[in-house]
Amino acid sequence: MGLGGGIRTHSDGEDVADMIKTGSQIIWECLEREGVKHVFGYPGGAILPAYDALKQSQIHHVLVRHEQGATHMADGYARASGRTGVAVATSGPGATNMVTGIATAMMDSSPIVCITGQVGSKLIGSDAFQETDITGVTLPITKHNYLVTHASQLARTLREAFYVASSGRPGPVLVDITKDAQQSSCEFDWESAKPQLPGYRPDLSPTQDDYAKALKLIQAAKRPVILAGHGIMVSGAMNEVRELADRTGIPVTLTLLGIGAFPASHPLNLGMMGMHGEAWVNTTIQEADLLIALGMRFDDRVTGNLKTYAPKAKKIQVEIDPSEINKNVKLDVALIGDLREVLREMLPRLQPVDCSEWRAYIDGLKGETAVRDIQNLPDSGHLYAAHVINDLWQETRGGDVVVVTDVGQHQMWEAQYFKHEAARSLITSGGLGTMGFALPAAIGVKVARPEAEVWVVVGDGGFQMTMAELATMVQENLKINIAIINNGYLGMVRQWQEFFYDRNYESTPLLSPNFAKLAEAFGIRSSVVKERRQVVPAVQAARRHDGPVLIDFQVEQEDSVYPMVAAGAGLHEMIRRPNPLVETAEDE
Amino acid sequence: MLKTFVVHVENKPGVLTRVASLFRRRAFNIDSLTVGRTEKPEVSRMTITVDADRDQARRIEASLYKLVNVLLVEDITEEPAITRDLAMIKVAAQHDQRSHVLQLANVFRARVVDVAPDSVILEITGGEDKIDGLLEVLRPFGVLEMVRTGIVAMRRGAKSSTVPATEEFHEVAAETAEDDGQSV
Ligand SMILES: Cc1cc2nc3c(=O)[nH]c(=O)nc-3n(C[C@H](O)[C@H](O)[C@H](O)COP(=O)(O)OP(=O)(O)OC[C@H]3O[C@@H](n4cnc5c(N)ncnc54)[C@H](O)[C@@H]3O)c2cc1C
Ligand SMILES: Cc1ncc(C[n+]2csc(CCOP(=O)(O)OP(=O)(O)O)c2C)c(N)n1
Ligand SMILES: [Mg+2]
Repeated sequence: MGLGGGIRTHSDGEDVADMIKTGSQIIWECLEREGVKHVFGYPGGAILPAYDALKQSQIHHVLVRHEQGATHMADGYARASGRTGVAVATSGPGATNMVTGIATAMMDSSPIVCITGQVGSKLIGSDAFQETDITGVTLPITKHNYLVTHASQLARTLREAFYVASSGRPGPVLVDITKDAQQSSCEFDWESAKPQLPGYRPDLSPTQDDYAKALKLIQAAKRPVILAGHGIMVSGAMNEVRELADRTGIPVTLTLLGIGAFPASHPLNLGMMGMHGEAWVNTTIQEADLLIALGMRFDDRVTGNLKTYAPKAKKIQVEIDPSEINKNVKLDVALIGDLREVLREMLPRLQPVDCSEWRAYIDGLKGETAVRDIQNLPDSGHLYAAHVINDLWQETRGGDVVVVTDVGQHQMWEAQYFKHEAARSLITSGGLGTMGFALPAAIGVKVARPEAEVWVVVGDGGFQMTMAELATMVQENLKINIAIINNGYLGMVRQWQEFFYDRNYESTPLLSPNFAKLAEAFGIRSSVVKERRQVVPAVQAARRHDGPVLIDFQVEQEDSVYPMVAAGAGLHEMIRRPNPLVETAEDE
Repeated sequence: MLKTFVVHVENKPGVLTRVASLFRRRAFNIDSLTVGRTEKPEVSRMTITVDADRDQARRIEASLYKLVNVLLVEDITEEPAITRDLAMIKVAAQHDQRSHVLQLANVFRARVVDVAPDSVILEITGGEDKIDGLLEVLRPFGVLEMVRTGIVAMRRGAKSSTVPATEEFHEVAAETAEDDGQSV
């Protein structure tokens, strides 16, 4: 990132001056030049000219079953690879179906480019068939968007779209292209269609003064803790963060989206913070005298009540987006810039911090928690989701495994019990919490990283939101393993009803189809698991099979995710798992 | 307190919507927003006043910069600046009261731009206080209609708010674009 020094020369001699192309041809050619190999889309009238030109292109088009799926696939593709994902849809309903996926990508800073067809430019504003003002609709949920009405604007606009989506704090960009812009022809000159973005400056860096202040705070700290977030992955700063921890000896905690940025097995890794974070992690944060936030944005699920958040701590935040500074948490030092570059600047100047006493204290907190861990329960014959996740992790350890979760209890258990070692090995919707994300996102992941072993961990509720994409998976011949954590409930909502609404389980019990049979109908191998001893064999069988597999894990129905910081409560006010032995007695 | 921002934006369709939508989305209340042309045809200039404390003002500035079409944002609240608002006020003015109304207009340096049998229209330019002051003294006569443009502001002295020549910007942007083509 940054301006860099090198001047690039373009391949001279290429005679582009008299290359006349249609807008449709230009679209695909621009995508190819941006390095795009796959797009996820669904055709319709207003985008048909573009589809007509697709066959002349090298790009592989994945036909989805719903445009929301296309956006999640592009998003999963981007999160798994770091490359910009592309989704395509027609005007009107095609475009509006993308809204959820775009908002999901926006909240989690995921770089995608959405291309939509639009009615002819002369018809705009006339309520024409399938006309929707999609640039208006998506204004607040895109990083930027464009309406293109002339073929001649296409090359520059698409170049800008890819640049804006992937640089600085990444995000979704939508390009709405009228039918006549696709159909008409113009001279295509990629080289001279350079982005013109005079107001866009994604490359900021801290002042020396800021660095000095930050270094001083770090060296003076007695009880420091690093808060590691998603920005580490975005910036590619995994090694630098590791070096920071190793060099200083400061313990590391992770946000949900930061999982994988720092290896779970590293002795300084404490685990996840926040609403469903480990109890000792939250206590550590509340007791700390210095928070070093790296590429994380102090989401309310991370901080709990801001009034009582980390009251004794000074706060340093390294952040690329100036609008995040002092948004939720008042900082002592803000280092605005790309995390990797900032850390590279700081590392040589850092000395070890003496926090042995502090770490011993934290270790003490851990011991207390193990007693309550469901893994340590004597086998009661019940199958708990935590067992499934733990066994799945154990079985797949050491491999290039990517887990894609949906949203709900199973998502939190995955975060707690699957020990991620590598960046981009957990893909999950954090900020928007979009149910239905997992299956389509996993398709995008598998397309981006065909050599990786991809597991979907999804609830019985969320799976039914986008399960039509099973057909996409089969049509594309993708080997994806699906673990449905089937608890017969919209479990996370049931849990809130249990804790905060007097166990009034209104509209949360869920009747589901026979998932195994459903899979069969799609030509997908399936199995049903009801006991713990069946988990490992089922996982092994799934891994051996060379096609997609669906496993219906029928788990304990009324288990809850612990610990839990209720919305609005302080981070130290955790609802803990009741003593396991007592709980079992109660449950019977 | 009321903060005054001068915002230079690319003169492109939809930019006003983007700015207005930002204030709504982030729950900041716009007190006044004006927009118009500048000495450069490709740049429009907005003057925005908004009720915000210091931290909020900084976040507004940073959020505005996140809009790709925003070129320059300046919080001139604390700077010596000229701020002007223009109002047209239609006042009931029967024969017997007309001279009194005209006298008041004179005191406030308002201009009479229309005279009808029962009313006059006054035009006044100035800071908000001055206009509020005139309005106050006219009320007893009966204010029939009023319209105000909202505030425009400019810094005093030689220091001026203007964006660098666009060519320069373009080159920087283009170079950055090439460098970053592949990274995220
Ligand atoms: C049911 C449910 C429960 C949840 N419970 C928890 C929980 O217990 N704990 C938890 O942590 N989360 C939880 N979440 C997720 C939470 O809502 C947020 O999505 C998450 O905390 C955000 O993590 P983040 O700040 O690391 O990532 P993001 O939201 O992606 O923020 C990344 C930050 O890094 C910055 N950045 C990007 N690139 C760079 C760069 N190159 N250099 C520097 N900075 C950069 C960005 O500007 C941004 O500010 C839960 C979500 C759900 C759905
Ligand atoms: C699209 C959408 N609608 C509603 C919600 C609210 N919500 C959050 S978790 C949840 C329940 C999820 O149930 P399930 O998929 O079965 O997963 P479980 O919690 O049981 O593991 C719901 C309804 C949401 N996050 N997303
Ligand atoms: Mg469920």
